[in-house]
Amino acid sequence: MAEGTLCNRKMINTREALLELLADKSGKLYYEEMNQLDVQTNALAETIRATCKSRIRTWLEICTHCGLCAESCFFYLANNNDPKQVPSYKIQSTLGEIVKRKGNVDNAFMQMTMDTAWAKCTCCNRCGMYCPMGIDMGVMFGYLRGLCFSQGFVPWEMKIGSGMHRIFRAQMDVTVEDWVETCDWMREEWEDDYPGLEIPVDKKGADIIYTVNAREAKHYPEDIAEAAVLFHLAGENWTVPSEGWELTSLAMFAGDWEACKMQVETVYDAMYRLNPKQMVATECGHAYRATVLEGPYWAGLKTGKPPVDSIHYVEWVADALRTGKLKIDPDKKIKEPVTYQDSCNYIRSGGLSDAAREIMSYIAEDFREMTPNREHNFCCGGGGGLNGIGRYRQERNAGLKVKRDQILASGAKLVVSPCHNCWDAIRDLEEVYEDGIRWSFLKPLLLKMVIVPEHLKPAESEAT
Amino acid sequence: MYQFVTGPLAWLAFIIFFFGLVLRIVLYVRGLDWKLDRVTYSVNVSYGIKGAIRSIIFWIFPFGTRSMRKNPVFTVMVFVFHIGLLITPVFLLAHNVILEEKWGISFWTLPETVSDILTIAVIVSALFLILRRIALPEVRIITNAYDYLLMVISTAPFITGFLAYHQVSGYEFWLILHILSAEVMLVAIPFTKLSHMVLFFLSRGQLGMDYGIKRGGMKGYNLSW
Repeated sequence: MAEGTLCNRKMINTREALLELLADKSGKLYYEEMNQLDVQTNALAETIRATCKSRIRTWLEICTHCGLCAESCFFYLANNNDPKQVPSYKIQSTLGEIVKRKGNVDNAFMQMTMDTAWAKCTCCNRCGMYCPMGIDMGVMFGYLRGLCFSQGFVPWEMKIGSGMHRIFRAQMDVTVEDWVETCDWMREEWEDDYPGLEIPVDKKGADIIYTVNAREAKHYPEDIAEAAVLFHLAGENWTVPSEGWELTSLAMFAGDWEACKMQVETVYDAMYRLNPKQMVATECGHAYRATVLEGPYWAGLKTGKPPVDSIHYVEWVADALRTGKLKIDPDKKIKEPVTYQDSCNYIRSGGLSDAAREIMSYIAEDFREMTPNREHNFCCGGGGGLNGIGRYRQERNAGLKVKRDQILASGAKLVVSPCHNCWDAIRDLEEVYEDGIRWSFLKPLLLKMVIVPEHLKPAESEAT
Repeated sequence: MYQFVTGPLAWLAFIIFFFGLVLRIVLYVRGLDWKLDRVTYSVNVSYGIKGAIRSIIFWIFPFGTRSMRKNPVFTVMVFVFHIGLLITPVFLLAHNVILEEKWGISFWTLPETVSDILTIAVIVSALFLILRRIALPEVRIITNAYDYLLMVISTAPFITGFLAYHQVSGYEFWLILHILSAEVMLVAIPFTKLSHMVLFFLSRGQLGMDYGIKRGGMKGYNLSW
């Protein structure tokens, strides 16, 4: 049973192990060790027996090999209709084979499977909408990632990500203290401009519990300040939890189901502890999917719903604009052509495309739809963790072409993108292709155009 | 020979076909797992049923979905193939004459010219589907011998039936072959990909429930298939 010191089947549960893995720059040694990693075929066979049930087995069996899924996949389109990018082929030649051979596969096969599961599929679930048999290959790739993870065949960054969740209950090394301090710091920085601004931590019985993506705490703290200001202007009774503040799940991208459960349970615990009326999730797609849509199942909640009603930021914004909690200055609406990036995880998999359109109707004068759009929209190209995996940078960049063409065809150069993954992918797309495309979350745009009520303005502006 | 293939063998084929399909349905439903599939099948039932029905309805009518609208020729051919495959044997005059003789029951029957056209349509559309497999690289890569075998199994009763009906030389031979090939098809249905005769509805229904319950249906959003 050969296992490496870094590349192995052990979970990252300690800071020491995590630091050791992080010290291996770009996973050089990690991937070298992967070449020696044995496949535990018996364990794999047992996992398949226990978890591969009629839904997936039927999908694998009744695929009529019609090929209608081909054009649904942006990787297929971006790679000049390469037949090896046909979703059916990708899943049949990986998961299909593993199931057929009852787990009896070798190292080379598992590495090929890993490369397919992370670099040829972002789990955007678009193919499932184009298959006559209702076969959702994105779901199967998610399952396959779990099999790969259990055998240690997982991209370096994904192993790190899952370890982060296990140790910090966040996708990055942000502790509860770091998080609370960041909230305090942001309040101090911004309260001069917005007197009375608060970021209440652990307030019980608030109307809203607001939860974020760890990147916001670590790299984009102004996002938290912007959220606070918008809640403040809207007059919301809100709070953030000290523990259970992080919604994302690199563990989901990694296929580490145990860590997925650990992560969402911290958020659900915060809900039980603070008893808010509603949770509002930040502008992130996979975080919403992980915590609101899939999380209840990991946590074993029989209703299939989180402990309190949970909505995505776009739902809150749409509601705030509709009810007039937030008012937009008509002169400051976006004048230039602007388009909207429908995130797979809360649009296709969450049904929130109407909220997105409603927001655009309030804030944009010249809204341009991409084609196709809503639940039929293409993945940004960086979903499913692909943005963050160095090993697959080339594949990712090639896949961005489809999104680029869609954006350019819309005639808009500004893309509203309320999803961290999409936001990153479009930023990188601009870096690679240099078309002059700009991208933004909703919060900074809203902040520029929202009307600040007189009583909430700073003292000196009242005097002028 | 004729007595045997239309007697015990026919009974056996129909029994295997029927109970085989029932078994497939039972096994499929029993193998659903709300936690593994991450769909609360038995909790949010009304949303699930609505999603399942939508998922089936949109896909059962030609051009009901974006996928079909994007592939019009394929859609027409697939529907012609399946309609012919299902309608012809049930409403064929000759089959109903036999039913009438044996059990004293019969369905409404198709004029013979119509069933002849339907038979030819099945064969022609099958030919198209085979050529498509060979011609399109994205279909060729996922095609294997099994796919062609299934095509042979499902069209053989039509080819042999057509030849027997038109009384080409060796009527008896074609007739027996027709009956045998139909029995092979009946037996093959539960054990092969042809089980999609029922699993299509279950698989579509399942994904519909997924969307109807978890993926937006409970937000009141009706996915456009």
